[in-house]
Amino acid sequence: MSDFDLIVIGSGPGGYVAAIRASQLGLKTAIVERAELGGVCLNWGCIPTKALLKSGEVYEQLSHLSDYGLSVKGAGFDFPKIIERSRGVAATMNKGVTFLMKKHRIEVIAGTAKLEKGSPAPKVVVALTAGGSRTVTGKNVILATGARAREIPTVGLASDGDRVWTYRDALAPKALPKTLVVIGSGAIGIEFASFYRALGSEVTVIEAVDRILPVEDEEVSKAAKKAFEKRGIVFRVGAKVTKLSKSKSGVTVDLEVGGKAEALQAEVAIVAVGIAANTENLGLEALGVKLDRGHVATDSHCATNVPGLYAIGDVAGAPWLAHKASHEGVHCVEHIAGLKPANLNTPIPGCTYANPQVASIGLTEAAAKAAGYEVKAGRFPFRVNGKAVAAGETEGFVKTVFDGKTGALLGAHMIGHEVTEMIQGFGVAITLEATEEDLMATVFAHPTMSEAMHEAVLDSFGRVLHL
Amino acid sequence: MTDILMPALSPTMEEGTLAKWHVKVGDTVAAGDVIAEIETDKATMEVEAVDEGVIEALLVDAGTENVKVNAPIARLAGEGDVASFDTPAPQAAQDDVKKSPEPESKLPRPPEQGAPAPVSKDAMPAPRADGERVFASPLARRLAQAAGLDLKAIAGSGPHGRVIKADVDAARGKAPSSAKATEDKPSAAPRQVQSLEQMGIAPGSYDLVPLDGMRKTIARRMTESFRDVPHFPLTIDVEIDALLAARVKINAMLEKDGVKVSVNDLVIKAVATALRRVPEANASYTPEGIAMHHHADIAMAVAIDGGLITPIIRAAETKGLAQIAVEAKDLAARARDKKLKPEEFQGGTFSISNMGMMGIKQFASIINEPQGCILSVGAGEQRPVVRDGQLAVATVMTVTLTCDHRVVDGAIGAKFLQAFKPLIEEPLTMIV
Repeated sequence: MSDFDLIVIGSGPGGYVAAIRASQLGLKTAIVERAELGGVCLNWGCIPTKALLKSGEVYEQLSHLSDYGLSVKGAGFDFPKIIERSRGVAATMNKGVTFLMKKHRIEVIAGTAKLEKGSPAPKVVVALTAGGSRTVTGKNVILATGARAREIPTVGLASDGDRVWTYRDALAPKALPKTLVVIGSGAIGIEFASFYRALGSEVTVIEAVDRILPVEDEEVSKAAKKAFEKRGIVFRVGAKVTKLSKSKSGVTVDLEVGGKAEALQAEVAIVAVGIAANTENLGLEALGVKLDRGHVATDSHCATNVPGLYAIGDVAGAPWLAHKASHEGVHCVEHIAGLKPANLNTPIPGCTYANPQVASIGLTEAAAKAAGYEVKAGRFPFRVNGKAVAAGETEGFVKTVFDGKTGALLGAHMIGHEVTEMIQGFGVAITLEATEEDLMATVFAHPTMSEAMHEAVLDSFGRVLHL
Repeated sequence: MTDILMPALSPTMEEGTLAKWHVKVGDTVAAGDVIAEIETDKATMEVEAVDEGVIEALLVDAGTENVKVNAPIARLAGEGDVASFDTPAPQAAQDDVKKSPEPESKLPRPPEQGAPAPVSKDAMPAPRADGERVFASPLARRLAQAAGLDLKAIAGSGPHGRVIKADVDAARGKAPSSAKATEDKPSAAPRQVQSLEQMGIAPGSYDLVPLDGMRKTIARRMTESFRDVPHFPLTIDVEIDALLAARVKINAMLEKDGVKVSVNDLVIKAVATALRRVPEANASYTPEGIAMHHHADIAMAVAIDGGLITPIIRAAETKGLAQIAVEAKDLAARARDKKLKPEEFQGGTFSISNMGMMGIKQFASIINEPQGCILSVGAGEQRPVVRDGQLAVATVMTVTLTCDHRVVDGAIGAKFLQAFKPLIEEPLTMIV
């Protein structure tokens, strides 16, 4: 007899959402968490960074208030207060998850879990945070242990919390660094670069490949680089870090750019070179759980090769995004409960909350071409969108990628003010399998920045109106 | 008054032929009475009445093909309606119903309850009649249109049964598309056949036998299998003198139970045992991976009037010879009477086709998808064999294993036959 129908290990946006869905479906559910409920996402990731970025954005706005006919005297900021606000936001969200667990009668077990052989699912042995140990059994176990910043100690890319930071250190620093090197130009690197630059740090971003935000469409990468450079961020692309060394006053980063050696000095370096899945010390080896390039290998219903054991979210592979973890969590639980869950292959949107923001879903133009589609792509810049002009937010554009043969929307890519709020429109369209005709026939409210979405669709088929 | 609907005899059945009526208008039926026979592509099934009442109208003529599942086929009058039964014409019946003494029946009936004229073949109401909304994604609509497919005929797998792109792709017989896969290749449709006249056979010089459900299914499944499954045959000779001798002894022992074991039953037992030893040969190819079946569900081809059918001995590896013999005999008899239930002939993991009794020496069957192998069994006959350098006479049977190369490579097929051969040649080893 098992203690629970489902035990979830890890309470990030994958784990806690899975637990809630399980409880809704009548499964007796427990969740094991070794640190804060809510995981990295709302304690040390998605949410507190958005709080910091909002402070940075508002402050940046102050510097060109005159554009709006406004003036303010004595603008300034209190760095510790900015950090304090961000921590407060995280604490609020954490309390929210605590409440949700209670509301759904999910038993929260504070401690570090380890799996042992068992049937019908592995046993979960928890080294309790309060001391002692407790073994619980479940009919099903979901691994949702997430991931952490990838570090490469061999070249000095390892956090010391002082001169070399990961995202975690960068969220709660003691002081604002005057000079900063960010290694890695993915979403995390770019967001911190954007925040610290807004507050006046001199920021250099190093990227190994030849463009920043390398997963985005090339046109977006190009526009983003231009927009950030305009704000004073310096980029070194196609640059390989050969060594990072520390001194009392800061760090020296040795680079190789196009075969030539270079060196950069800064007070602090942020390491943002990807993530590593949390697969260690869980007893996975002894159970014979199959891994795939460092992540737990799963099938189309998130099942591992071990009966009764599932894995969702970051620990199960890319994209390493909270909403992907939640989607998998719901899918996995509904599958366990014998329902017919929504497709796992639905495209996952990706967002970067820098200033300007970047948002995308589906295939880039290059990826669509490589997949053999007869691509029809269109774009529409915000500089001719009425609402954007009125708001003084004319940076960026919307781009759409269609399959010319079937009219299927393959991907959408945006850069600009608050585009992360607009990408869902295309998400709904792709999920509902809309064609260009449906998108063209949709009436977009005027004046909105979203009208650029409509125009990009029209432009993809040579029918753009306002250009 | 209740409509009797065309039943679904299996989860995949979409339409069938109303082969025969067992009742006529005015007959009183009780729940459980057989009222009709329905023929699907594989079997004939009896339809039983669920309610008691009097048959008010037969809405579909006997012999009507392609009757959609859930289409009304007859109308049953309940107790209150019985008075109406002197005139079978539906409209008249309806008038009489209005005059019936039951107060309820005097109320005007909603229009949809007005009896329609008996439905002809052409006007057969489908589950989604014309004008009824078909829920389908815009992309699915466009793809179906481009492929010339009728959305109404496609089962939807999206939310609330909505037809989505994947369903249309599946209906076109294609793997979920990358762009390359959507390039139109005629591969899914069977080859266009020229008319006989175009090929020089004059009209009137032959009789045309209509294609029944079974013939259509055989044509489709065999064409798809032979075209799409990369198959190859492996042939081996097995000596069966010991098997024949063992059979005589076994049958002498079982005589008191009235059980008679055939050579075919012994072959089924040997195949099941060999599959337990070589489980790789008990497998199906799927795009997601190779399905390794837990049981040897042996499908045996049985020739029947108008075609063939493959009833299944489930988990044959767990069954004794006597049980296999009894089941095989029962299944074959009911197969010939077309009385098998769908679950008795759908879902085997390995097929055996035995044409030995018809004197066929050797043949290679076509893979019965999704099974990985089919074993073709030839006639046992006395042949010269060389034994220790000397010519001798033995009863030899040639068997050929057709393998789906996507799951069963040559070496696996050979391994299976190497496991099979000694079981036949030393039948005692089957019980070890």
